[in-house]
Amino acid sequence: MTAHDPSPHHLQLTRDGQLRHFLTLDGLDRDLLTDILDTADSFIEVGERTIKKVPLLRGRTVVNLFFESSTRTRSTFELAAKRLSADVLNLDISTSATSKGESLSDTLLNLEAMASDMFVVRHSQSGAPHFIAESVTPGVAIINAGDGRHAHPTQAMLDMLTIRQHKQRFEGLKVAIVGDVLHSRVARSQIRALNVLGAEEVRVIAPGTLLPKDVESLGCTVEYDMEKGMKDLDVVIMLRLQKERMEGALLPSEREFYRLYGLNREKLALAHPECIVMHPGPINRGVEIESAVADGPQSVILNQVTNGIAIRMAVMSMAMGGQVAERQRQQAKGAKA
Amino acid sequence: MTAQLDINQLLDELETGLRRILEERGVTEPAIIGIRTGGVWLADVLSKRLGIDQAFGELDISFYRDDFSRIGLNPKVKPSSLPFDTEGRDIILIDDVIMSGRTIRAAMNEIFDYGRPASIILATLIDLGARELPIQPDVAGRVLSLAAHQRVKLRGPDPLRIELQETGQ
Repeated sequence: MTAHDPSPHHLQLTRDGQLRHFLTLDGLDRDLLTDILDTADSFIEVGERTIKKVPLLRGRTVVNLFFESSTRTRSTFELAAKRLSADVLNLDISTSATSKGESLSDTLLNLEAMASDMFVVRHSQSGAPHFIAESVTPGVAIINAGDGRHAHPTQAMLDMLTIRQHKQRFEGLKVAIVGDVLHSRVARSQIRALNVLGAEEVRVIAPGTLLPKDVESLGCTVEYDMEKGMKDLDVVIMLRLQKERMEGALLPSEREFYRLYGLNREKLALAHPECIVMHPGPINRGVEIESAVADGPQSVILNQVTNGIAIRMAVMSMAMGGQVAERQRQQAKGAKA
Repeated sequence: MTAQLDINQLLDELETGLRRILEERGVTEPAIIGIRTGGVWLADVLSKRLGIDQAFGELDISFYRDDFSRIGLNPKVKPSSLPFDTEGRDIILIDDVIMSGRTIRAAMNEIFDYGRPASIILATLIDLGARELPIQPDVAGRVLSLAAHQRVKLRGPDPLRIELQETGQ
């Protein structure tokens, strides 16, 4: 037996297919994504009880390792860990000038010395959570809370949970993702999840300057004209305009962007009458979305926040469960040998 | 062996036992909770037999099991559903089989997270002994001691029947 799994996809799965890290949706099949959604459904019920806590991660330590700040994501991860009865340590580490690999390794060594069981990692560098998962002590689970332009798998899964709650299925659904796809790690994860779960069509609607090259290869169709793109939609996911990530003039102006790609009542009326409106937040009102739409009857934006806690509880308990089960198997094997 | 495991006989035992205990304790409005999966089938049957109108609750104890640190999370967990307030309520907790008592411990921990019940009566269809915790049913349909190679399982929901399996070891 070698120390390393041959396939990088297996980094996040145990030998019998249980989750042990949650880094990306790549390589995860429909059954596993469905298990995550089903488990999250059970955690939603927990959130409705008098005591919103279960003892699954009691006595374990979860470290929120945020190299890039994000109040909402961090606080929902924190609440999720606490509802699983874990002890939580929040570390906001601004990315320093030191070389990434070295500073990460040193930070990790220190945190492992505190007997942490799970790191929730957010980093501006794509691949940082993978790097940590490869080098971390066996038994410690890594959850990706957003890395660079690469992935934001828990956000994508909470969006899938929200869609399933409102539409009960993925088959036959037409879903559009609108806006700044280029800078969006969420969009990549969403396109992947929608395809795996069986949506009929995933459409991206954006100006060419805010689309990555070969975007169709991710598994979507492209529409530059939003009014055409809204036709027959069951779900419209608005992306936040990531002004802080813009380098140079990719946009004529915010006002121009809103006129062409902002979601207002008139454009929404072109979609299916029961089309739901989603947005990962924080909302730039009047830039991506009109207030009357964000707060309107078709908006499920606040459901997304509630579902975010349940999804994070699900992946944290599943990954931790995979780690402990794997360790047990190895110990059993060691005892036999 | 077959006659010994007639489901209706065991249900009669459970019903009689429960009626006696409810009367002794002066409980007039009990609420039933079944532990998934077998316990839920039994909760359905006993609600009807005891004439309890209150819809019964369904408990999935996956989040409360004490073996998470050995086997991880049950991937097929379903939401629990208690359609009544447990606070101050007299509860009848039902499961198909009791052995170690660990399932019941987990179930009681979960029930208390919904609210503090006035009392809990534990009813199991079959008591296999082999207890590892100091938890005993108030009423059992049958006490059985199985040989090492035998397993017993409730099948259902329609019809409910008890299956005795020989594992051949």
